[in-house]
Amino acid sequence: MTNKYETVIGLEVHLQLETDTKAFCGCSTEFGRPPNSHTCPVCLGFPGSLPVLNEKAFLYSIKVALALSCKIQDIIKFDRKNYYYPDLPKNFQISQFDMPLSYDGFVDVLSGSGAKKRVHIKRVHLEEDAGKLIHPVKASNSLVDFNRAGMPLLEIVTEPDINSPEEAYDYLTALKSILQYLRVSDCDMEKGSLRCDANISIRRAGEKELGVKVEVKNMNSFRWVREALGFETKRQIAMAEAKERIVQETRLWDAQKLVTISMRSKEEAHDYRYFPEPDLVPFIMDKKIIEDIRKALPELPEERSNRFVKEYGLSEYDARVLTGQIDLADYFEECARGYENKKTLANWINGDIAAQMNARNVGILGLSLKPGDLVELLKMIDGQSISGKIAKEVLVEMIDTKNRAGEIVSSKGLSQISDKGAIEEAVLDVLSKNERSVNDYKGGKKTAITFLVGQVMKQTKGKANPAMVNDMLKKHLGE
Amino acid sequence: MENLYSLTAHELKEKIDKDGLAPSDVLDSLFKRIESLDKKIKAFVTLNKNAASLLPKDKTGKLYGIPVLVKDNICVKGEATTCASRILESFKPPYDATVIKRLKSEGAALIGKANMDEFAFGSSCETSCYGPTRNPWNTDRIPGGSSGGSAAAVASDQTILALGSDTGGSIRQPASLCGVVGLKPTYGRVSRYGLIAFASSLDQIGPITKDVRDAALVMNVISGYDEMDSTCVDMPVPDYTKSLVKDVKGLRVGVPKEYFIEGIDKEVEASVRRSIDILRDLGAKIVEITLPHTQYAVSTYYIVAPAEASSNLARFDGVQYGFRALDAKDLIDMYIKTRSKGFGNEAKRRILLGTYCLSTGYYDAYYLKAQKIRTKIKEDFDNAFKLCDLIVTPTTPTPAFKIGEKTKDPLSMYLSDIFTISANLAGLPAISIPCGFSKDSLPIGLHMLAKPFDEETLFRAAYAFEQNTDHHKRKPSL
Repeated sequence: MTNKYETVIGLEVHLQLETDTKAFCGCSTEFGRPPNSHTCPVCLGFPGSLPVLNEKAFLYSIKVALALSCKIQDIIKFDRKNYYYPDLPKNFQISQFDMPLSYDGFVDVLSGSGAKKRVHIKRVHLEEDAGKLIHPVKASNSLVDFNRAGMPLLEIVTEPDINSPEEAYDYLTALKSILQYLRVSDCDMEKGSLRCDANISIRRAGEKELGVKVEVKNMNSFRWVREALGFETKRQIAMAEAKERIVQETRLWDAQKLVTISMRSKEEAHDYRYFPEPDLVPFIMDKKIIEDIRKALPELPEERSNRFVKEYGLSEYDARVLTGQIDLADYFEECARGYENKKTLANWINGDIAAQMNARNVGILGLSLKPGDLVELLKMIDGQSISGKIAKEVLVEMIDTKNRAGEIVSSKGLSQISDKGAIEEAVLDVLSKNERSVNDYKGGKKTAITFLVGQVMKQTKGKANPAMVNDMLKKHLGE
Repeated sequence: MENLYSLTAHELKEKIDKDGLAPSDVLDSLFKRIESLDKKIKAFVTLNKNAASLLPKDKTGKLYGIPVLVKDNICVKGEATTCASRILESFKPPYDATVIKRLKSEGAALIGKANMDEFAFGSSCETSCYGPTRNPWNTDRIPGGSSGGSAAAVASDQTILALGSDTGGSIRQPASLCGVVGLKPTYGRVSRYGLIAFASSLDQIGPITKDVRDAALVMNVISGYDEMDSTCVDMPVPDYTKSLVKDVKGLRVGVPKEYFIEGIDKEVEASVRRSIDILRDLGAKIVEITLPHTQYAVSTYYIVAPAEASSNLARFDGVQYGFRALDAKDLIDMYIKTRSKGFGNEAKRRILLGTYCLSTGYYDAYYLKAQKIRTKIKEDFDNAFKLCDLIVTPTTPTPAFKIGEKTKDPLSMYLSDIFTISANLAGLPAISIPCGFSKDSLPIGLHMLAKPFDEETLFRAAYAFEQNTDHHKRKPSL
């Protein structure tokens, strides 16, 4: 039944640019300061104050636009978007309407299965953020914190190119990856420096015309975007099947109840009365600035992934996972400078280290694991001073205690036993205690040796050199 | 001994610099005058009697000790700045407008704030929440507006200098009706930072003074680039007093045929035509020019200006500062009650007009079309200035009208700015200087316009005219 319908999704991402000062005044953009401590007459919209464009915010915007393969407008102009809300000091927002600073770009998105999809970017424009309302418990009034008011905000809007909640998730992941490579934002959804709204509609498969769109807001993570769009798809299909009319409206995602709830209908929508911002003079975009920024663009995730395959001989999958996050890719390359076996390195980072990041809900930098320390650990395995199995435990210990591998191994006596005599002693002991397995082996059931190896390892607390144990067992079993 | 209050800034400056006149004596003389007179004129909304104590120790400032009255829409740090509106009652800005900073750093004595039409919406000073200011030449008449308090105070010797703001004629029209000098600089010549915006693309701050030289002195201080105002142009500021030469020989003076319209007061027309003859006699070359889109100027202005105003005034909502209605039951109710009680009728009229013009479905027909005509009006001037260096017109179609005469008829009120509006739409500098009097002893103004950033030509022509006439010396009997 679901296949009868096609889902059509367009996403709007709001990105707070990490400039030192706000978009149109000199106030600091530092996060988490006391309410209204980073304000001035301009960002408070005091009578008589005037905006002046922050050059860095503008240049960051161009950088993002170019990284998303957008065209840059010849003339840069700003507009006023008029609406009343107490968190908006002037009751209009300085934004861009009919001439966004850039348009017509794309992001190539790889799905988990490796399929490639091009999501087109309709427009990228610069605007100012609003403040924040605070509703004290049990109070009859609300408070406003204007620290966020006037922060530079980049709006990145896709064409309705996305056809499933999973694709939306993959697009957001790819976009965030690119944005982090550009070092223009911390892209932290929890802090609100990256926000996402969606427009979603359904239509019968093969239909050309778009269905009635519903705007979904209040999704605070990529996962919630996926969940909310999944819910909305099902809701809309159920309505279509029941021959009910889908209405154009704005709905909010309720992350507790896992449903979307109607917020306002099209009839209640604002008339924003856009018009050119007379306090900011339109200017002609200097082509040289565009070229300079284009030349200075860093290597982006896709390029870097290709290079990892070529330069380090990694699988496409490993390369893609490593380059998905700039910090992780940087970490890999830092380690790779001091370590020969790149494939092993990639396995460790994408395996045990990724598991630790997930378990602790942090990025690679949050683990505080120095590249040199990881390399030391890997070299200890290669030099047979510890087993791979022990190394996994040592790794966890390193992250927990911030101690180096060598210190942990020696203080806990975890060094691999490569002493022939000690291993032989353990082997003989195990053979004497496991007569049945010995007989099985001698009777032709060669797999019984695995059990015996396991017993020796258990007895040596995992420290025995597995290859030596294997050889020694075979020798005593008469081979 | 002559009364200090009756002197010009340049006369006082000489006495302070050379004769050791104490600025406090000047201020005392003024404050006595204000005390006895302003009950009648009502030019002041606040009076700063501490002005003398706030003067800097350094006496070398270009306006050291010279009293200046500031229109109440220009922010002065810590001083009530209300735009003559209830909605800004008790608002004290935490910062100085750029022009105020510059005046202070040149040692000017800020003696108070001047009455005005509410938010500069008006041509008669009658829309003020404090009540009307009266014309010193006849107190039954309006002083003009919106900078009516500034012009009336200068004309009645209650201040030496004044600042006004001009969006469609708000400096020049009251200057004309009060018989003083009023200059609207080129758009971008003077910083607007700290001027509470009416229409951002039209507003300029400028001087209202007793003579042309004083206007040049003020312009020397307030002009020039300001990084706080993106529309302020980074161009060197000449010493405008150097343009004060009594010579207009060879100057090409354009007279637009469209400006001597039907309905223009006969005495005004006669005075202006006589003034043109004087300029010719002084050696100027008079040429007839055409400004064909003049007839659309008022309509264009009354779309562009209210549209911008509706957005600029949106911030007055009772949330952060100014008046807030306290009996509101929710947010929307607070907005409605605050703005309904806080704004006067003319402000409401313009907010509604502007909101309508910008609404979906009307934007193209009104705002966009008005912007196109605005471009045509600019082109008219570009073409005219190929033929002349200066354009001369009447400042206003009539001398000062009676208080209450036009308050019931907004359209006829709007038409009193018919000659001044084009300069704002085109961003040009323009000056009004006294050029005669009606039989009823009401002043008549001569309006001069020049190319963008050519204030020097304005000063040159205005000064030559002034020095060869004595209209500016005549004072109202009070």
